[in-house]
Amino acid sequence: MSWSSWLPPLVGGLCIGASALGFLRVTGRIAGISGFSAELVDVHRGGKRGDAVAFLLGLVVTGVLLSWAWPARFGRAVPFAALLGTRDGLTTAVAGLLVGFGARLAGGCTSGHGVCGVGRLSPRSLVATTLFVLTGAATVYVTLHGRGAP
Amino acid sequence: MRLTSRQVVVAGLGALFGVGLTLGGMTDPARIIGFLDFAGRWDPSLLFVMGGASGAYMLGYRAVLRTHRPWFGGSYPARPSRAWREPRLLVGAALFGIGWGLSGYCPGPAWTALGAGRARAVLVLVTTLAGIVVADRWSRRRVREGA
Repeated sequence: MSWSSWLPPLVGGLCIGASALGFLRVTGRIAGISGFSAELVDVHRGGKRGDAVAFLLGLVVTGVLLSWAWPARFGRAVPFAALLGTRDGLTTAVAGLLVGFGARLAGGCTSGHGVCGVGRLSPRSLVATTLFVLTGAATVYVTLHGRGAP
Repeated sequence: MRLTSRQVVVAGLGALFGVGLTLGGMTDPARIIGFLDFAGRWDPSLLFVMGGASGAYMLGYRAVLRTHRPWFGGSYPARPSRAWREPRLLVGAALFGIGWGLSGYCPGPAWTALGAGRARAVLVLVTTLAGIVVADRWSRRRVREGA
């Protein structure tokens, strides 16, 4: 395994961990992106969504800037038309619904459970993260290697 | 909304998080699928991302808690609950994993890829927010009905 295959992911992981730790240090809160997303769309929340707006803005602006410098990191670009009324678009939409619904039910996603929760050895987060990977892998197995797979 | 110093710091932390996601390849759905594809050409690189992130958090967590109070006030979280045998947690995590495996996007990378203008990320985010609203309404109703 060459250094280029593990060093950027490791440094990327350390950046993510440092960001989540910094967020804990300054706000006392767990850095969870599904939670921020929920605060953003919560009509009952009024003006109390400053952290969520700021953090998500940081994520989006980074994407804008890095997509110029590093387009390959964002994978293949698909035009919107390829998602309208196609099987691919339907699968993507169902995936999003499951991700949003599941994350809220479970009280967190790959950041809140996977990074912060695992980092503080929360039993709930260890269980949730294990399930994320297990059902994710089962899904990929069915779509890539199951009957009727491309 | 007035911009506070807290929001400026938090936005900077969000940007650092986004740089980490991009550097780690989390923003490329093909790599997520590759990591979850244990039966095919398995791509272990996400292990380094998740290991580096949760490992760094683990190492720094105690040091942060020793500072007693967050910079901008409030308090640090209580010790994590041990009650993991809970249907909501197990069912929710399982559904999340299925969605993650179908699209290759979880919420953080989807926000960053939205900034990068990826159409699939836009669709995932819109439907993720819809899923969030449905789940939260359903939870509120269950609480009201005392279920």
